[in-house]
Amino acid sequence: MSNFSEALAAGRFVVTGEIGPPKGTNVEPMFEEAEHLRGKVTAINVTDIQSSVMRLSSLAVCIRLKQMGLEPILQMVCRDRNRLALQSDLLGAAMWGIENVLCLTGDHVKLGDHKDAKGVFDLDSVTLLKAAATLASGKDMAGNDLDGTPSFFTGAVVSPASEPLEPQIIKMKAKVEAGAKFFQTQAVYDPRQMEDFMNKIEAAGINVPVLAGIVLLKSAGMAKFMNANVAGVSVPDDLIAEIDSVDKKQRKSKSVEIAARLIRQMKDCCNGVHIMPLGWDSLVPRLLEEAGV
Amino acid sequence: MIIQKQKDFEKILENLKGDKTVFIFGCADCATTCKVGGEEELAQMKVKLEQQGFEVVGTYVLDTACLTGEVRKRGKELQEQLEHCDSALVLACGTAVQTIGDVLGIVVHPGADSLFAGNVVRLGKYEEKCSACGDCILEETGGICPVTRCAKGLMNGPCGGYSKDGKCEVDPEQDCAWLLIYDRLKERGKLDWLESIKDAKDQSTGSAATPRRYVWERK
Repeated sequence: MSNFSEALAAGRFVVTGEIGPPKGTNVEPMFEEAEHLRGKVTAINVTDIQSSVMRLSSLAVCIRLKQMGLEPILQMVCRDRNRLALQSDLLGAAMWGIENVLCLTGDHVKLGDHKDAKGVFDLDSVTLLKAAATLASGKDMAGNDLDGTPSFFTGAVVSPASEPLEPQIIKMKAKVEAGAKFFQTQAVYDPRQMEDFMNKIEAAGINVPVLAGIVLLKSAGMAKFMNANVAGVSVPDDLIAEIDSVDKKQRKSKSVEIAARLIRQMKDCCNGVHIMPLGWDSLVPRLLEEAGV
Repeated sequence: MIIQKQKDFEKILENLKGDKTVFIFGCADCATTCKVGGEEELAQMKVKLEQQGFEVVGTYVLDTACLTGEVRKRGKELQEQLEHCDSALVLACGTAVQTIGDVLGIVVHPGADSLFAGNVVRLGKYEEKCSACGDCILEETGGICPVTRCAKGLMNGPCGGYSKDGKCEVDPEQDCAWLLIYDRLKERGKLDWLESIKDAKDQSTGSAATPRRYVWERK
């Protein structure tokens, strides 16, 4: 059992963090970021070629985190590998004792820096979850027996700010049925929206821990960019005005203040938070202190 | 219909390099509808090639250039002209190029790029609707194909990449196919299908299995 799965099973309010592998082999800044999270978060997501921009392997970074005594959550997307490669890498992760796996469909190649690449999508988030469950039952997707059975703690993502929301909730149900044991959400900036979402999934019969996504708001420009370009993210105008109300020097303090407030407001309606600091990992300890978690 | 577009003339000239006498084939079917290889396009191509110093021995718009029998029959009729040509330029799809080349045993140059199997919205505007995946699920999806019309070809509902106005994040002019399916199934009271898990698609019937063959048999 991973510490992450135990913490959720125990009903604790769980905090996870996130690091993104670099384009290149200069990994020290990333591991320094991870060190800021040590002792502050239960587990750390490692993104998988995030935004379709080619980067160092997520699995490789997860292995190193494990060796450093930090607990990884391996993100796996379906964009770059077919079902043979995905199952193979799941077995590889299991060999290194990596149990936490976040299964995502993955961004389209056209949004990244290798626009002429072939997007694979042989599986999708739902069938990848199912593939992991199948491996954990001792078989592969073709029904062949495995010699040595892995175990996983698999999760998925959902976007509470999507409109319409119902297709997201329908898919969430399918993900639970396919084996999702936890959810981390896309960034949420409206506590009422999160509460409404949690009520709706409860009404839909979904009873799986949900960690609300927190992305540190770095500037008004970033907020506006996300509103215009990132599907499923919606930053309210009053938050944009708030981050814009301070000069650049105080931006980080303000960013932490806003995120801490969001966490305090959402704490009672969800099972934890997933913090995506986007390079501002050194602020995470202060954020958690201000949020009181 | 095989939606196609004519190659740039510079590219066609590059392909024809070294040849002096040329025959031009077109097709009265898809290639005509796509304004690639109808009577009009063949006449224009003849003039352009002659201006470049080529001798265009003849032109012919086949009724359906992917029919082996049709190509063989016309090939015999045109034999004398074809014998005087270094090569044939085919202003039609890739299937036509290969049918003509293989059946008539002549050197063929492709004059078009085949784009996709699509419908004609209006003359000059075409949209892809079917990927010929060999395992049609339109019955379940309310008549909207996610294999083709979802940018990721997803089988289990939309990703998180749709905008508030229902567009795909990959192409803001493209409707999210899964939202279209969701709306249609909701309207027809069939949303429960969306909730069931769809297995990973059997890719062995689709393009992953190319070259595909099929032999019709009487049932």
